[in-house]
Amino acid sequence: MSESGAVGVLVDVNGVEKVFHRGSEDIQVLKDLHLQVPAGEFLALMGPSGSGKSTLLNLIGGLDHPTRGSVTIAGERVDQLTDHRLAAWRARHIGFVFQLYNLLPVLTAERNIELPLLLTHLSRAERKSHVETALEAVGLLNRAQHYPRQLSGGEQQRVGIARGIVTDPTLLLCDEPTGDLDRKAGDEILNLLQALNREHGKTIIMVTHDPHASARASRTVYLNKGQLTREPQV
Amino acid sequence: MKYMHLVWGNLRRKKTRTVLTLLSIVVAFVLFGFLSAIRQALTGGVSLEGANRLIVRHKVSIIQMLPIDYKRRMEKIPGVAAATHQTWFGGIYQDPKNFFMQNPVIPGEFLDMHPEMILPAAARQAWLQTRTGAVVGRKTAERFGWKVGDKVPIQSTIWAKKDGSFLWEFDIVGIYDGRDKNTDTTPLFFRYDYFDEARRAGTGSVGWYTIRVLDTSKAAAVANLVDAEFENSSAETKTEAEGAFVQAWAKQIGDIAFITASILGAVFFTILLVTGNTISQSVRERTGELGVLKAIGFTNGQVLGLVLAESCVLSVLGGVVGLGVAWLLTSRGDPTGGLLPLFFFPAGDLAAGLAISVALGLVTGFFPAMQAMRLRVADSLRRI
Repeated sequence: MSESGAVGVLVDVNGVEKVFHRGSEDIQVLKDLHLQVPAGEFLALMGPSGSGKSTLLNLIGGLDHPTRGSVTIAGERVDQLTDHRLAAWRARHIGFVFQLYNLLPVLTAERNIELPLLLTHLSRAERKSHVETALEAVGLLNRAQHYPRQLSGGEQQRVGIARGIVTDPTLLLCDEPTGDLDRKAGDEILNLLQALNREHGKTIIMVTHDPHASARASRTVYLNKGQLTREPQV
Repeated sequence: MKYMHLVWGNLRRKKTRTVLTLLSIVVAFVLFGFLSAIRQALTGGVSLEGANRLIVRHKVSIIQMLPIDYKRRMEKIPGVAAATHQTWFGGIYQDPKNFFMQNPVIPGEFLDMHPEMILPAAARQAWLQTRTGAVVGRKTAERFGWKVGDKVPIQSTIWAKKDGSFLWEFDIVGIYDGRDKNTDTTPLFFRYDYFDEARRAGTGSVGWYTIRVLDTSKAAAVANLVDAEFENSSAETKTEAEGAFVQAWAKQIGDIAFITASILGAVFFTILLVTGNTISQSVRERTGELGVLKAIGFTNGQVLGLVLAESCVLSVLGGVVGLGVAWLLTSRGDPTGGLLPLFFFPAGDLAAGLAISVALGLVTGFFPAMQAMRLRVADSLRRI
């Protein structure tokens, strides 16, 4: 039985299976996977390359549909939404942070952060105010007019996080957020994510290879050959 | 409008490529403007105000003459309000390249037939009283610096005088203006009676007749009656609308509309490929970014709209600049020095050019936009 109705459970992945078809070959990436994430948790998802971490993150973020099973976020069956409704749902509920920041090089930091707000009915002034709040949260108010190429990797990732939280989403999904940064910049990003979780109660799921990063999370789960375990498999 | 900075940003991504594409669109629309002006010059003009006028010419060819007494017989045909005539003089002023038309006419009835030519009353009176008098259009007067009172020598290539000379002299008694832009103000008109008496050959003949019909809806029937009147005579006639007559002149060069349409078709087809390629390349280069937009909540329709907006902005910008340049260049008037007196960029064609620029944007953006719309988010993010 699904536990999505249980008090405090924000993410309920129930019996999920994901199969990719490559020509005549079927590749099963996730097998009968169950995962529950309570609201306000900072969950680290670890596992070797090809274990299905990003696939699972994509399913939770509504970027892909499971082959079997259900994904329920905040009581809503995400796997049953059409592409059009999924897009609107993502805009409302999900903030993404990517390993390579994925900022639009032709826009300033401020404009990059504003992107998700363009999908809302906020006025220009309201959007500006939200962007300033997000910039302040990531400590980059003085870099608002800079283009990504004028920012360091750590600063770009902070802009990426600001873009992820500017709409105050239900869930923040981070795919290797420190994977492209040196230790110092990585620590700053992890501090920021931890602060968002602890001080603002933001629910975060973070995919990482780095035990140093996962140590900052309140819980770590391991994915191996498409299934979750509590301990890393050797 | 709130997405405009995103559209601009993407166009500025590869500035050189965008500028080169933009320039090719600009050149295409400048060409469009020029060809429109040339087509207008060769096929437009008097056809617009001559809806109630018919031209009667020799059935065999325009260079065959008609007898002067046809006028009296035409005026008796039911439906004909008035008739007057002109004759091709084919004169040269100083240099063969100084081309403009000069025709002998009967002043009073000619001016009554052509109300689009505005001539001051005093000049009309002077013309009626001066046997060697001529009136000239504003364009030609300004071109050669002629003013009322000047004596103008013109060498005919067709008509010799009784003394064997081909040199004719006229006294400028008036300068006429056009009622609107479509009125040709390059020709010179002089008196037929002076011409007919002074010429060595062809006395009593005219080039063609212009008749005004009482009811434009019955013009075709009147044309048939006129041709029937002179059937089986030594000079059978062919009667047609004034516009068709002017176009028949232009068709001596070729089917102008077909030629301009063919050139423009080839130009716009090339531009379609160039712009389409630019937008396609631009979409391919940022597959990952489009994936990010979709990940943060942009719908397929919004991504489609963004790409279409890019291609439309590029093409409309190029179109507006190109049409503007064409407008400026053509507003300087006839570039041939007299061969194309009605050379201007018609407002209707300008509007059509703007519509074409929008259509160009939509067509060139369609396939790249569809490609962007169909991108699967997870796949495109993997390609980063």
